[in-house]
Amino acid sequence: MTSATFSIWRGAAGEGKFFKYTTEISEGMVVLDAVHKIQAEQANDMAVRWNCKAGKCGSCSAEINGIPRLMCMTRLNQLPLERPVTIEPMRSFPSIRDLVTDVSWNFRVKKQIKKFKPRPPDVADGSWRMQQEDVDRVQEFRKCIECFLCQDVCHVLREHHKHEEFIGPRFFVYVAALEMHPLDTENRVEELAKAKGIGYCNITKCCTKVCPESITITDNAIIPLKERVVDEFYDPIKRLFRAIRGQ
Amino acid sequence: MPQAAVSTKRGLGTTERRDLWWVEPLAVALGLLGFIIYATWAAFQGNHYYFGPYISPFYSPEVFGDSQHSWFGPVPAWWPAFLPFSPALLILWAPGGFRVTCYYYRGSYYKALWADPPACAVGESRGGYRGERSFPLIIQNIHRYFLYLAVLFLFFLAYDVWKALWFTDAAGAVHFGIGVGTIVLAVNVFLLGSYALGCHSMRHLIGGRHDELKNAILGRNCYNCVSALNRNHMRWAWCSLFWVAFSDVYVRLCSMGVWTDWRII
Repeated sequence: MTSATFSIWRGAAGEGKFFKYTTEISEGMVVLDAVHKIQAEQANDMAVRWNCKAGKCGSCSAEINGIPRLMCMTRLNQLPLERPVTIEPMRSFPSIRDLVTDVSWNFRVKKQIKKFKPRPPDVADGSWRMQQEDVDRVQEFRKCIECFLCQDVCHVLREHHKHEEFIGPRFFVYVAALEMHPLDTENRVEELAKAKGIGYCNITKCCTKVCPESITITDNAIIPLKERVVDEFYDPIKRLFRAIRGQ
Repeated sequence: MPQAAVSTKRGLGTTERRDLWWVEPLAVALGLLGFIIYATWAAFQGNHYYFGPYISPFYSPEVFGDSQHSWFGPVPAWWPAFLPFSPALLILWAPGGFRVTCYYYRGSYYKALWADPPACAVGESRGGYRGERSFPLIIQNIHRYFLYLAVLFLFFLAYDVWKALWFTDAAGAVHFGIGVGTIVLAVNVFLLGSYALGCHSMRHLIGGRHDELKNAILGRNCYNCVSALNRNHMRWAWCSLFWVAFSDVYVRLCSMGVWTDWRII
């Protein structure tokens, strides 16, 4: 057995500091294992949110050596252990305690997005007909596990705190899944441009880099939505054609 | 339980990241600045931009100029004397605008040149942030119009490759041939084409704007091809940027007599 040192942020309501813990580690351990071991042996009162330990529930999001990652999917043998491994809560959300943050803002944002509104059924039995390729395109977005790592790394939320004007990459993915759905008839483009703040995104692709489900957030969701906003608001020729058609 | 006095204050470059996060923005900054400096220098030269049937892509199409490639002859008399003239200055704004407003380059130079942010999960210095919602960055939404121009330029550059297949001998006779310069210019068109045709705006216009790809303007296969190019958009962007500069270097050095253009056929 070898040992490793972890520098874990501890505190509540934004006030806190890093504490160092040294613990024994073994082959195959992930960061969450080490945190649990420290919790069991040295810091019984340390708060950490987790659930599935399989990278599917999105609960154990944190910042490991400064990079937003799932603790349960970060193997210790992927990390340099000669220096203490830093573990912090996500910085884009209010701290509750230790590694636990209040992510309820995300759920409030989600409720404000226009719901799925399918066209009338295609056939008399009440069913629809869709092409597989059209479904495949939005299926990628449904892999999201709502870990909110993309929200955490997005500098518009993390550094500029535009939570009131910008919904963040997670919800652009959600809107893309609805807006590009072959059956959906709702139009969310105007609210994307105005209330949802898609113009704040400056395409740094950090959200794509940290996504544990490898969703191509920027290229497949945000930029296509930005292009739809351009169609509606910034393309003078399209506006002219719409005016001629009386739309 | 010993405590570590680790600061949590934020500021430019503050981060807990242990990797070499600054390498990528530094490399991008050096690459972009190097290209901008070279392209600006080359554009203002106004000479050594053609050699035999070759013309530098920085100078094509040559609207006014002294070479055999010029559309409307030499520099017009009405050109203001106080303004420097070079055929490149008349046209470079179009491909330049395409790259400046390109989604890939935007994300890259916001990080590398404006540090907004310097890298993912790295602190910034700015307090205020307006993004691309208001002037001046709202102008980035013009990208699709630069795409239209870029596609038009692809035809001009492809025509240059065609012309680069025909060599005039000492007796004035024109013969088919292939030189290293022909291949350099052809590779340039291939790389620029792969970059421009895989652009995010192209992907939108060719079919991405539809929820059902059967409505795509040239069919779903075309959309899939553009999407395949788009998946490597960054790679095409850098390869084409390097090669267009190299093409100019090649023609320039051949014209100056530094390099010899080897004829393959």
